[in-house]
Amino acid sequence: MTIAITSLIKSFDRTAVLRGIDLTVEAGELVALLGPSGSGKTTLLKIIAGLEWPDAGGLSVDGRDWLALTAQERRIGFVFQHYALFPHMKVRDNIAFGLTVGPRAARPPKPEIAARVDDLLALLQITHLADRFPSQLSGGQRQRVALGRALAIRPAVLLLDEPFGALDAAIRRDLRRWLREVHEATGSTTIFVTHDQEEAFELADRVVVMGEGRIEQIGTADQIHDHPASPFVARFMGAVAELPVALHAGRVDAAGLDASRLERRAMADGPARLFLRPDAIALEPDAASPWILHQMASNGAVIRAVLRDGTGLELPADLPRHSAPKLVKGAAYRLQPLSGAVFASGLGPAPSEAAPSSILQEKHA
Amino acid sequence: MQTVSHSGPVASRLMPRLLIGLAVALTLLIVVAPLFYIFARAFAEGWRVYADNLLHPVTRHAIWLTTITALIVVPVNIAFGIAAAWAVARFRFPGRSLLVTAIEIPFSISPIIAGICYLLLYGRQGLLGPWLMEHELQVMFALPGIILVTMFVTAPFVAREVLPLMQAQGSEQEQAAVTLGASGWQMFRRVTLPNIQWALLYGAVLCTARAVGEFGGVSVVSGNIRGQTNTLPLHVELLFNDLNATGAFAAASVLTLLALLALVVKSILEHRRG
Repeated sequence: MTIAITSLIKSFDRTAVLRGIDLTVEAGELVALLGPSGSGKTTLLKIIAGLEWPDAGGLSVDGRDWLALTAQERRIGFVFQHYALFPHMKVRDNIAFGLTVGPRAARPPKPEIAARVDDLLALLQITHLADRFPSQLSGGQRQRVALGRALAIRPAVLLLDEPFGALDAAIRRDLRRWLREVHEATGSTTIFVTHDQEEAFELADRVVVMGEGRIEQIGTADQIHDHPASPFVARFMGAVAELPVALHAGRVDAAGLDASRLERRAMADGPARLFLRPDAIALEPDAASPWILHQMASNGAVIRAVLRDGTGLELPADLPRHSAPKLVKGAAYRLQPLSGAVFASGLGPAPSEAAPSSILQEKHA
Repeated sequence: MQTVSHSGPVASRLMPRLLIGLAVALTLLIVVAPLFYIFARAFAEGWRVYADNLLHPVTRHAIWLTTITALIVVPVNIAFGIAAAWAVARFRFPGRSLLVTAIEIPFSISPIIAGICYLLLYGRQGLLGPWLMEHELQVMFALPGIILVTMFVTAPFVAREVLPLMQAQGSEQEQAAVTLGASGWQMFRRVTLPNIQWALLYGAVLCTARAVGEFGGVSVVSGNIRGQTNTLPLHVELLFNDLNATGAFAAASVLTLLALLALVVKSILEHRRG
C-alpha cells in the first residue's frame, strides 16, 4: 500500500500542529517519524489512522481517498503507546477482537479466527500467555499483544505510536529487532513514531525528521547524520555546539579554529554558524587560541571537556580517553572539527524558520 | 489511628478510647436507635396488624406507585448518566463545563424548589399549563409530575459515578476498538460498558435508593391524593397525620428495608470495584 500525503494542515484551537506535510511512503516500507514532543508526529499518525481529521490537505492510499473513509473502513493496525489493551479480555480475545466486530458478513468463521489467533500467538512468541489477562503481563508482553491485536485484521497499513516508549532499555533493543523481523514476515507498510534517534535509525528504512509541524528532512540514517538539512536537524542529531564563523571562499574561519579537515562548500562569503557534535571535535594545544579548557570529566571511555573562549561561548568536546592528547586545565587549545554543518547566519534560534544552505562533509583522515 | 496498646502517658492511652466510645455512642443514638424504633413500633401490635397495615389497599397503591416511579426513573437516568458522562469525557464542545455544572444542580438545590419550579412550569396556572390543558395532558398532581421531579432529583447519581472513571480511563481503548473495525455500538457494548459496569451499577443503586425515598419535591407536585398520587414516603406522612402511628411505622419499615438492601448492595459493589 502506497501512502501519499499532500499539504496536510491541522490546528488544535488556534495552535498549528501540522503546517503542511508532504510525504510518500512506498508499499512495504518501514518509516520512522522522528522528532521531539510537540513536533506533530503523533497527530500525523492519528490522521493516517482516521482518529484525527486534518483541516486541509490530502491523504490517499493506493490512489484511494482515505479522508472519505472512516477509521473502521481503513483497515489499519494501530498500536498505542500505552497499548490500550482491553483489560476485561484474555490475551486471546484481545487479539481476536478485530475479527469478531464489524459487519457480520465480513467476519471469518470461528475456527478460522481461532487458527489465526494461534498463528499470531506463535509469531509473537506469546503462546503461553494466551489465557492471561493484560494486568498479568509485563510491559514487553503487553506490547506484543497490542501488536498481535493490530496484525490480526491483516491491516493495509501498520501504525505504531512510540511503540517502545514505556519500556526499559534492554527490552527496547530486543523488541526493536523483533519488530523488524515481524515487519519482514508480514510485509505490511509500517509507520512508527519515536523521539529516539537510535530507535528510528536502527529500525527504519527511511527516517522522517519532524519539527514544529513541518518535515525537516527525509532520509536514511547516514544521510541525516552526515547532511543535516537544517539547524534544527543538526541540533536534534546532537550538534549542540554552535560557533559563529566567517565564510571566505567556501572556507569557514574563526579564531582558534582549524577547519582544514572540513570540506569547502559553495556558499556566499559572510557570517555563518558552524554546528558541531561534541564527538566530532579534536583538540590541539595552541597558545594563540582563545579557547581555554575550563572543565573536564571522564566516564572511563570518553573525556568530556568544556572549553570557553572568553566571550561567553562554551563548547563541549567528547574525546576518546586513550587517544586524546594530555589535557591541562586552563591551557589553550585549537579546535579541529572532524565534521560539521554550516548554515548562513541571520537564522534565528527557531529551527523551523531555518532554510538549509549548505553542508560540510566529513573528510576521513 | 494510633494503636491503644503502646505504652505512654495515661492521657494518650485514654484519648483514643474516649473518641471511639463517643463515635459509637453517637452512631447508636442518632442512626441505630431510630431505625430500631421504626421496627419496634411497626410490630408493636403484632404481626397481624403489621400485615394488615401493609396490605391495606391505599398502602399497597403507594408501594406500587413508588415502584413504578423507580422503574421508570432509574433506567432513564442510567441512559442520561451514560450519555452525559460520555459527552463530557470524550468530546470538547462549547458549553461543556456548563453541562458539568448543570449535572450537579440537583445535588445543590433543595428538592422542594425543584417541585415548585415544575409546578410553575407545568401547573394549571403555569407557563405550559394552557397548552397542556388544550391537549388534555395532566402533568401536575399525576404520575408524570411525580416521575419528572424524581428524575430531576436523581439525575446526577449515575453521571457522577461514571464520569470520573471515563475521564481516568481516557479514550484509547475506544479508539483501538474503532481502528479494529468496531461499529459505535460494538465499541460501547464490548469495550466501554465492561469498563464502567461497576460504577454504573453503583450509581444505579444510589439512584434507586433516592428515587424510592424522595419526599420534598414529590410532595409539591403530587397533590397527595390518597390512593392515586400518594407515594410511599408521602403515605408515611399521611398515616402519621391520621394518628395511625402503627400504620405509618409499618409503611416506613418497607422504606427502611429497601434502604438497608441498597446499602448492602452498595457495599458489595464497592468491594467489587476494589
